[in-house]
Amino acid sequence: MIKVRVNGKEVEAPKTMPDPVSGKPLPTTMIQACAIAQVDVPHYCYHPKLPVAGNCRMCLVEFGTPAIGPDRKPILNPDGTPRIAKAPRPAIACATPISPGMEIYTDTPTVKLMRQGVLEFLLINHPLDCPICDQAGECKLQEYSVDYGQSESRFAETKVHKPKRVDLGPRIVLDDERCILCTRCIRFTRDVVGDDALGIVNRGSYNTLTAYPGKVFDNNYTLNTVDICPVGALTSKDFRFKMRVWFLKETKSLCTSCATGCNIIIGSREEKIYRYEPRENDAVNASWMCDHGRLNYKWIGRKDRCAEIRSPKAEGRSQTERWAAVLTEISEKLKQAPAGSVAVVASARQTNEELHLLAKLAKTLGALTDSVPRAGEGDRLLLNADRNPNSNGARLTGIAAEPMGSNLPKIAEGIRNGRIRTLIVFGEDVTRNGLGADVLGKLETLIVSDILPNETTRLAHYLLPGCAHAEKRGTLTNTKGRVQKFMKAVEPPDDARPEWEVLRELVLKTTGQSGFVSIEGLFNQMATEIPAFNGLTWAGLGDMGITVSI
Amino acid sequence: MPQEYRQVLAHVDQPGYTPDLDSYLRHGGYEDLKKALGLGPSTLPNGKTLTGPEQLRQEVMVSGLRGRGGAGFSCGLKWSFVDRKSGKPIYLICNADESEPGTFKDKQVLYKDPHQLLEGMIIASYANDVHLAYIYIRGEFAEGAKILNRALKEARAKNFLGKTILGSGYDLEIHVHRGAGAYICGEETGLIESLEGKRPYPRIKPPYFPAVLGLYLCPTIVNNVETLCAVKHIVAMGGAQYAKLGTPNNTGTRIVSISGHVRKPGYYEVEVGKVTLGELINDPVFGGGLRDGRKLKAVIPGGSSAKVFKAGERFKLKRRSPDGKDTEQEVDMLDLPYDFDSLIAAGSMSGSGAIIVLDDSTDIVKALANIAEFYAHESCGQCTPCREGSLWMAKALHRLARGEGRKSDADYLIRIADNIPGGRTICAFGEACAWPVQSFVGKFRDEFIARGAADEARRAQQGAGPTAEMKLAASPQA
Repeated sequence: MIKVRVNGKEVEAPKTMPDPVSGKPLPTTMIQACAIAQVDVPHYCYHPKLPVAGNCRMCLVEFGTPAIGPDRKPILNPDGTPRIAKAPRPAIACATPISPGMEIYTDTPTVKLMRQGVLEFLLINHPLDCPICDQAGECKLQEYSVDYGQSESRFAETKVHKPKRVDLGPRIVLDDERCILCTRCIRFTRDVVGDDALGIVNRGSYNTLTAYPGKVFDNNYTLNTVDICPVGALTSKDFRFKMRVWFLKETKSLCTSCATGCNIIIGSREEKIYRYEPRENDAVNASWMCDHGRLNYKWIGRKDRCAEIRSPKAEGRSQTERWAAVLTEISEKLKQAPAGSVAVVASARQTNEELHLLAKLAKTLGALTDSVPRAGEGDRLLLNADRNPNSNGARLTGIAAEPMGSNLPKIAEGIRNGRIRTLIVFGEDVTRNGLGADVLGKLETLIVSDILPNETTRLAHYLLPGCAHAEKRGTLTNTKGRVQKFMKAVEPPDDARPEWEVLRELVLKTTGQSGFVSIEGLFNQMATEIPAFNGLTWAGLGDMGITVSI
Repeated sequence: MPQEYRQVLAHVDQPGYTPDLDSYLRHGGYEDLKKALGLGPSTLPNGKTLTGPEQLRQEVMVSGLRGRGGAGFSCGLKWSFVDRKSGKPIYLICNADESEPGTFKDKQVLYKDPHQLLEGMIIASYANDVHLAYIYIRGEFAEGAKILNRALKEARAKNFLGKTILGSGYDLEIHVHRGAGAYICGEETGLIESLEGKRPYPRIKPPYFPAVLGLYLCPTIVNNVETLCAVKHIVAMGGAQYAKLGTPNNTGTRIVSISGHVRKPGYYEVEVGKVTLGELINDPVFGGGLRDGRKLKAVIPGGSSAKVFKAGERFKLKRRSPDGKDTEQEVDMLDLPYDFDSLIAAGSMSGSGAIIVLDDSTDIVKALANIAEFYAHESCGQCTPCREGSLWMAKALHRLARGEGRKSDADYLIRIADNIPGGRTICAFGEACAWPVQSFVGKFRDEFIARGAADEARRAQQGAGPTAEMKLAASPQA
């Protein structure tokens, strides 16, 4: 550990900290020591998850080190403290290593003047088009101008003009006039993704960010550059001009497009989702997420959602009445079903709680169960080949066969030979997994819960409209066994209800086993019943989750 | 009586002297290399044994040689910083990217005596255990690159280069790399990036000190052409003898490029500090004085980035007399000894050894606009203050030069320039673009204000012509 002082406050910082990309130990820098001291040093090009560039000069600070006498011993003040020799020149906090006894000054008049100078330089050629800029409201140029800048520009010349609306790739539009050339995007795609797609051309003030000639910026992580762009230069084609960011409600959630379980923030307004953004979690996704997952949210707001309860008999005027009626009806049927005549196909997209409740129901009914594997191509960064967000949950709750999907042919066979008369399907279109319309047609009762319509929902006798993860709470277990929770961002449409609520009532009505009425209680109860989850509590999961052994 | 002292330029421009190997050998070429390679281990009085290369490094340290590229940093010290324990190869790069406006000294060696440079490089490489060296030559020196390549071919054929040079067991290869026409490639870390095939964005220091993390992140020495030539002469004379040339702490000889309003612009090699700035400008041996009827207005003493001296400016200099006493002496700008330390003490620098003389026919605003234009064009654009400030100053100066000035422009320019140098930028280019503006506007302040005031008065009289601010306010881009 190295002891340094930041604005007079003594802090201890480790000698080295891991390189964000390679993980190799690098000398701890001033800006890292300042972060430990909880002193904010404004910066543009520095990003804790990227290699240091040192080009914006916003983090310039003054500093001093213990003075050394000719005898190589520290010179002491009359009071016995080491005398500090102030460095004649400032240093960039992002790249300058700390040394024992160093004093860092981030709030001197000189430092303030240097920041003011940098901000003035950054703004002279900036278009100042905040009213039409998507970044407004989350723009470091705006924020630091308020904090450290000056209100009037002295600039009396004509501005440099650069390309506007540059189509960098299928998901990104670039405004070069807004760009402050911090090179975060270049370093991200080169050093984190390994796709050296972006660069700078031209000289001096005419420096222009661009994709290499003939190269399209289209890797699966391009939208992260929009997040790390400190200004409005890189914008998402999906999000631009859609919503002012200050109107967005931010909800902590998870990406459900693969087994990685990237932590995200859902930006929504008035029950409509506008964007996903990665949420920092070093145990899972650092600060990134893939474009595939990020843009996979539009189905949630689709007009043709399964939003109404379907039942041969159940009627009621209110939603509550309709749900009570249909669940009573279904539980009556299930109670009468002979052991082994029911099968359950769950989805590894469902939450741990839902799968746990389904497993309970299945156990009471002596049902054959399984869930559907969903494979794709993975990459070395975040995208997992397993496209189910909760395959581990399906395994740990005992709902999935080993290997996953191996019971599906047995269930089909059981239906064909008449042994299985009732099928419960949650969140999967089984007609695409060996249980075609001909097979389903042999069933006495087909109970289906889903979010979007498909062939299985079309054939269902009972259809229970379910919720997207953004419309409910719950937990998922990712590919590494990290149990993480997500929060509700928007209301579900019409009759749709969180599946765990529906299942809790169904379990109660069918088996008489009571469950908790809250997701917290339900999770805590599950944690006592499933060995892998022992010791976990809903509250204990925090925002970042806990890894269990799988 | 001031005299030239031709050492590096000893053979340059001599009748019959050609840049080929035969000519060089006829004039005693590569004898110093033989001497260097033949140095056996020597034992010091304290019992420590020095290898041949260690002795060579010692000689360079003793010689007091300071880098001739611009910064004037001790060459021996620079070599001593090299990380020799990393296990990585050590590279030597000859910086032949001579681009500082007003400078044309390295060109003389490259074009007219290339083998002298090669001999210096081979000795320096041997001294530093370098087995691969590069000459980074500015793109505009197309012919120079050809001459160097020819010289390298000749040297290889005679085993001055290649495997086990002259039977010594020492291997070295040298390659020529041409730049593509950028001033910033003369900055050593920008040069290294360029040599690696990247944009010449100078590197941040720390951590990228070339002596530790240079070319391909290996220990690297970057020396100027003239510096490497001096190494050859240090070997020839011995470090202690070389140190007797010039003045204390400013040893050896320097090639000075004199340009501008003098009768005899050209390159002159002198002992450092033995000649004054005034002598270089006015003595018939050197610049030969100004043209008839002209008066001196200003001198840029060390390449266009050096701070300008105004005619008649006086400086207080500390002089150390032989008995060790410091005396303070006030001297006229022209009486400054042309060395590293005196010019730094006078607030400027001898930089690349380029003296640009401006007489009273000079429009000082246009002169500065021209310099600022150069730096705006050559800024690499990596870090904010230099990228934005250099063009801002150039635009303001051109506006002032074309008659759209304001009285306040002098202060306006100084305030822009003050925000660029002093460690605010990644490399010294920040200083290079700010110093001319700070010094020109600071020292010729009245002229800048008068120009702006005249423009304002004329606009007021014409009753129309909007001021810069009014134009800006009316512009939709603003």
